Amino acid sequence: MDKNQESLFVRLIPFFERYGILLLILIMIAVLHLLQPDVFLSWRNVTNIFKQVSWQSMLALGVFMVIVTAGIDLSVGSIIMLSLMGLAIASKAGMPWYVVMLVAPAIGFLCGMFNGIGITLLRMPHPFIMTLGTLYIFRGIGNLISGGVPITGFAEQIRVIGNGKIKLDVIFGEGAREYIPTSLILMIVIFFIFWIFLNHTRIGKWIYAIGGNPGAARAAGINVDRILIVVYTLCGFLAGVGGLILAGRTNSAYPNAGLQSELDAIAAVIIGGASFFGGRGTVLGVFAGVMIMGILRNGLNLMNVSVFWQQVLIGSIIILAVYIDVLRRQLATRT
Amino acid sequence: MSDNLVLEAKSVSKFFGTITALQNVDLHLNKGEVLGVVGDNGAGKSTLMKVLSGLYKPSEGSLFFDKEKVTLNSPRDSQNLGLEMVYQDLALAGNLPIGDNIFLGREPTRKVGPFNFLDHKKRKQLTEEHLAKLKINVKSADQKVEELSGGQRQAVAIARATAFNAKIVLMDEPTAALAVKEVGKVLDLILNLKKLGVSVIVISHRMDDIFTVCDRVMALFQGTNFAESELKNTSRDEVIGWIMGKKD
Repeated sequence: MDKNQESLFVRLIPFFERYGILLLILIMIAVLHLLQPDVFLSWRNVTNIFKQVSWQSMLALGVFMVIVTAGIDLSVGSIIMLSLMGLAIASKAGMPWYVVMLVAPAIGFLCGMFNGIGITLLRMPHPFIMTLGTLYIFRGIGNLISGGVPITGFAEQIRVIGNGKIKLDVIFGEGAREYIPTSLILMIVIFFIFWIFLNHTRIGKWIYAIGGNPGAARAAGINVDRILIVVYTLCGFLAGVGGLILAGRTNSAYPNAGLQSELDAIAAVIIGGASFFGGRGTVLGVFAGVMIMGILRNGLNLMNVSVFWQQVLIGSIIILAVYIDVLRRQLATRT
Repeated sequence: MSDNLVLEAKSVSKFFGTITALQNVDLHLNKGEVLGVVGDNGAGKSTLMKVLSGLYKPSEGSLFFDKEKVTLNSPRDSQNLGLEMVYQDLALAGNLPIGDNIFLGREPTRKVGPFNFLDHKKRKQLTEEHLAKLKINVKSADQKVEELSGGQRQAVAIARATAFNAKIVLMDEPTAALAVKEVGKVLDLILNLKKLGVSVIVISHRMDDIFTVCDRVMALFQGTNFAESELKNTSRDEVIGWIMGKKD
């Protein structure tokens, strides 16, 4: 490569670093639209994708913050199940809907705080161990309080969050079938709030600093343990919000809710460009990672590709995404 | 002794269990002075620095800032008195830009309603002003620290230490990890601090560093004061002798 070409190439790297993942989503959409012209971009299918990813995106956003601190949270799938069960039991006990609504995020909050306190105060050698333990503990408690059976039927106000529709009669005319899912609005609002939190507040900056060099954060007078507790608590809280959305969407709490969804969350974060070693990644990237997983699953379902092949494909994409990142970093350090 | 005394340690001792790290060590530092501290590994240099910065509490003896006796409970206390430490491992977050590192933990913010948000504009402006004052050249204040050379990183670490009008800066082996051509730049930076009226204590193994920037040099040997001299009254060979515990 001659010098001019190379410098152009090098100048394009930051552009791809920032927007490459959005480009990938556009390509996926274009390809799926060509393969399924009648279905894929239909209002019904697009809203379906958003409804599906809305609860998963809460897990991914929480796990993302944890991964930025160079930690990991394996327990979010169990937190979503426990908060769902807690919500169901509160609902069955006849509590008013606004109390029931608070139960899931509150349980998530407490579970996350338990993780955070365990990791910092008990001096666990790695968050992997603490959250692996609570992965079993939280799901076990969920089954203990529910007796291991599904609980169905929630108040309308709960259902609206995961399944509600904001009609677009104003735009499409009276009685139109087009609508925006309530959960999509909720997801966008929460992602925006956390974008502000991570990019425009001191604690957000410190979360990145801890991921970059915890020693530097300590030397700067930052209480690293306290920030870590905040991060794991917020992660649990978001999983609880995910539980609330899932409750609305499925109208039931079931023992297998959120099973292995912690792995989907980690996959979405990694595909979204966050570094597993901490300090790197963006909220927009997480959103993109979640969308890529959602679009891929949806597209493959539409084309009747078996679930087994979907697993193979998603696994390959994780490895490919990280490998591209490795190559990119090699290029960046060479200059 | 001069009236310009900014920092003094009087017969400081530090024991770790049965181990004596420092025994009745005295140290004084004047305004705008660069003091070199030399000694073999285990002579107590780093322990002394940690006592001065408040990371360790002295077992015996006392510290005086601006001739006033103080008790330091943490590095925060010494920072509030205008003393900053540049750590050997630099203590920078590579994933963050230069400006973020300089202001880490002390970020400028602006209030919007009840919330405090980072003031990105002000941080950038303060960073550029400060880098210009210290004559540190980097492409941009937004460059990530991991993209910088070792010398530039050392410069950022020093810039971080002096961003809040530090009167005293402690440096532990500031040139140890640097390429030869970058050492000069860091030494220039130390001389620049001196011109700005900052007092500096430099720990170094390198006689070139000591004899380029220091006004005075003191040697520790096995946790005690061993020798001390104005730089103009000594020689490299003599100082090297002190490090090995030899005195004529």
